[in-house]
Amino acid sequence: MSMSGTERLNGRRRARSRKAVASALQFLVVVATTYLGLLAVTFFIGRVIPIDPVLAVLGDRAPSHVVERTREAMGLNQPLYHQFFIYVRQALSGDFGISVLTTNPVMTDIRRVFPATIELATLGTLIGAFIGVPLGVLAAVKRGSIADQIVRVIGLVGYSVPIFWLALLALLVFYARLQWVAYPGRIDIVYEYTFSPITGFYLVDALWQGQWDVFRDVFRHIILPASLLGYFSLAYISRMTRSFMLNELQQEYIVAARAKGLSEARIIWGHALRNAAVPLVTVIALSYAGLLEGSVLTETVFAWPGLGLYITNSLQNADMNAVLGGTIIIGSVFIGINLLSDLLYRTLDPRTRAR
Amino acid sequence: MMHKLNGRFRLLAASAALAMVMGASQPAFAETPKDTLVEAFAIDDIITMDPGEAFELSTAEMTSNTYSLLVRLDLNDTTKVVGDLADSWTVSDDGLTYTFKLKPGLKFASGNPITAEDVAYSFERAVKLDKSPAFILTQFGLNGDNVTEKAKAADETTFVFTVDQAYAPSFVLNCLTATVASVVDKKLVLEHVKAVTPTADYKYDNDFGNEWLKTGYAGSGAFKLREWRANEVVVLERNDNYYGDPAKLARVIYRHMKESSGQRLALEAGDVDVARNLEPGDYEAVAKNGDLATTSAAKGSIYYISLNQKNEALAKPEVREAFKYLVDYDAIGSTLIKGIGEIHQSFLPKGVLGALDENPYKFDVAKAKELLAKAGYPDGFSVTMDVRNTQPVTGVAESFQQTLGQAGVKLEIIPGDGKQTLTKYRARNHDMYIGVWGMDYFDPNSNAETFTSNPDNSDEGKNKTLAWRNAWDVPELTKKTKEALLERDGAKRAETYKELQKTVLAESPFVVIFQQTEVAGLRGNLKGLKLGPSFDTNYVWNVSKE
Repeated sequence: MSMSGTERLNGRRRARSRKAVASALQFLVVVATTYLGLLAVTFFIGRVIPIDPVLAVLGDRAPSHVVERTREAMGLNQPLYHQFFIYVRQALSGDFGISVLTTNPVMTDIRRVFPATIELATLGTLIGAFIGVPLGVLAAVKRGSIADQIVRVIGLVGYSVPIFWLALLALLVFYARLQWVAYPGRIDIVYEYTFSPITGFYLVDALWQGQWDVFRDVFRHIILPASLLGYFSLAYISRMTRSFMLNELQQEYIVAARAKGLSEARIIWGHALRNAAVPLVTVIALSYAGLLEGSVLTETVFAWPGLGLYITNSLQNADMNAVLGGTIIIGSVFIGINLLSDLLYRTLDPRTRAR
Repeated sequence: MMHKLNGRFRLLAASAALAMVMGASQPAFAETPKDTLVEAFAIDDIITMDPGEAFELSTAEMTSNTYSLLVRLDLNDTTKVVGDLADSWTVSDDGLTYTFKLKPGLKFASGNPITAEDVAYSFERAVKLDKSPAFILTQFGLNGDNVTEKAKAADETTFVFTVDQAYAPSFVLNCLTATVASVVDKKLVLEHVKAVTPTADYKYDNDFGNEWLKTGYAGSGAFKLREWRANEVVVLERNDNYYGDPAKLARVIYRHMKESSGQRLALEAGDVDVARNLEPGDYEAVAKNGDLATTSAAKGSIYYISLNQKNEALAKPEVREAFKYLVDYDAIGSTLIKGIGEIHQSFLPKGVLGALDENPYKFDVAKAKELLAKAGYPDGFSVTMDVRNTQPVTGVAESFQQTLGQAGVKLEIIPGDGKQTLTKYRARNHDMYIGVWGMDYFDPNSNAETFTSNPDNSDEGKNKTLAWRNAWDVPELTKKTKEALLERDGAKRAETYKELQKTVLAESPFVVIFQQTEVAGLRGNLKGLKLGPSFDTNYVWNVSKE
């Protein structure tokens, strides 16, 4: 590479980094406002629902003086705005309070349950994307053919059948009848006390420690719920891929490429998909973020100790600290993944790159 | 580009193949370890493992399997108690002093000896912490200032408990079978106390190990608590220092599973040995399966519909009576609660001292119409009922809605989440409510105090008993309930409760419908699993595998 080429490259990098700093600042402002709004909405909804939070802590049978004392200790006799102020102040210092259900600090709980959800969602999205994108491409290329119809039906079923029912059916077939997969939870109790996870991502931990039998067991536990989530996102991803691809295939550069005599495969995979990939990244990222929220029903059926189960359970018990903490985490995930897909956008789409 | 994508596809194909190989190559390891009992159990109600604080149903089972008490319920005759740590006990002639002699040579799981000091400390910390279940002890006149005097060690093996009135001995002893009276290892707990700053509400300078015991363990039961992870798992391990017959299995694992159908699948496949939360359909399927077995036991929980006396129509005695004729007991018993409940119309569950086993009411629309006409409602009226959206209460409520309709009463069901309907109920803002009441301790007073006692019926009333919540103002019954506590003759005491139940049957705004049956599905190779009459008598130490 010539000297001037390197300089140009460096200059471009500098410009890009300046732009990045500016957009990062702008981003921070947006994030801060979003967070405050998120906090306020969740907090006030949590306080106006007709459930007495003290009931969650003490149950129905506690004597009245204990109820009064707890109400005071929880600060519930203070005016609402004051409670909110205290909460925001604590949240800013990273203290989301104690979950009344588990008696742990909320952050400790989330650190425990979130890896289970991330692991499941990641595998689910990988399955969804690696199968959904090719299916979508196929449907677009063979538009109107029997293959297109089949992909359409697969997508429709995945999108419209209740996942709860599908999960039970899948358990019945793959677990009860065929015995291909393991159930319930993340790991067999045989390994519960011989295997000590480090990161909380069991697949990674098992590989890291070279425990192949544990890895196999964890895999057998995760594959069915992940496939179901994968199927769910596959349905969406394949539909979107199809329409993005149809859009690209009608563009003039495709005609040009055909005229140049490029092979059909090269046109589809090398040119059309390459361009369709740009909006597709957002679709996949959002679908990933959706799964990261934790699929409550899937987690319930599979007894998967994840974030969705944690937040739902907390919500049902009016455990507001846990709900607020969880909401903020989910908010952060959405914001983070949006940022990430923005960055990917820049890499994939040359037009958004700084010149 | 093409090349790269091909590479990706190869990866995809490879991982798909890998998945299939890994799935298919190994048949499911569908058997739990021989020395371990695995139970599928909804344990999301557990919020603490400290016996001085815990008051939840699942925790009751864990605590009673891991801690010892002075006395326990006699499972052969649940109106009596037997010694656990206590070898013998005597009651003074004035009925105020209970002297317990401990069995000699007892040890905690930690290896520390069990002495009367430990018993006294357990009482002291429960009373001073003053958490939800503490009233079971403080109702005997204990408080933070006098507990060290009223519950104290006379010597190494003699524990003396002084009560403030000459209560029925059966009442005192029954209360001591509650998990709040579990004996903790004083020496071990003292190693884990946390210093706190005394406040007006909490006058003590330490937390009596409460924070540590929320997840820690300091007991002497047949099992020791190894771990509790909220909404995930509870693990018990055999306590080798246990003074009684050692537990047959080395380990018990309670796995949190919420779904009945999931529990059933795991039970059928052999991944769990016991399924504890089976709904009627799944329970029936398990019962028909030759590899599986079932077990059940009547529990102390009573399902009832209550009529708020603040509602003008519901306050009429004839209306109260008419509604008792408007429940289709037979239909409910044979369908909605089949296997999980048994029709029972009096407020004391079977098995408790003085329980009345009479179901005088039958479904009788004509009779009910006659009573409604007498009350001035020949064409019925409209009324609402708050119903939490779980089974079997929703089903029972719908059945009641239909049968009320036959007498012209229009019932509007207001569905809601459990905590939400309960909040409304506790504020007395309902017309009707369908509820369940579980006993706090295995003594008739536990239910009598809530169904027939209402010391202050004003809206400011501190004592939110069920009678208060339904604005049922009954000074006479309140007095009688209190007197039953002081009746030292067991037979006479039982008689008083029978009278109370008859009054409630005839006059009260409570339509008691059924008593809960707890069921469990079991693997066929399991021996000795027996559910007890209460949630703190579901013992697992006799369970073994073939």
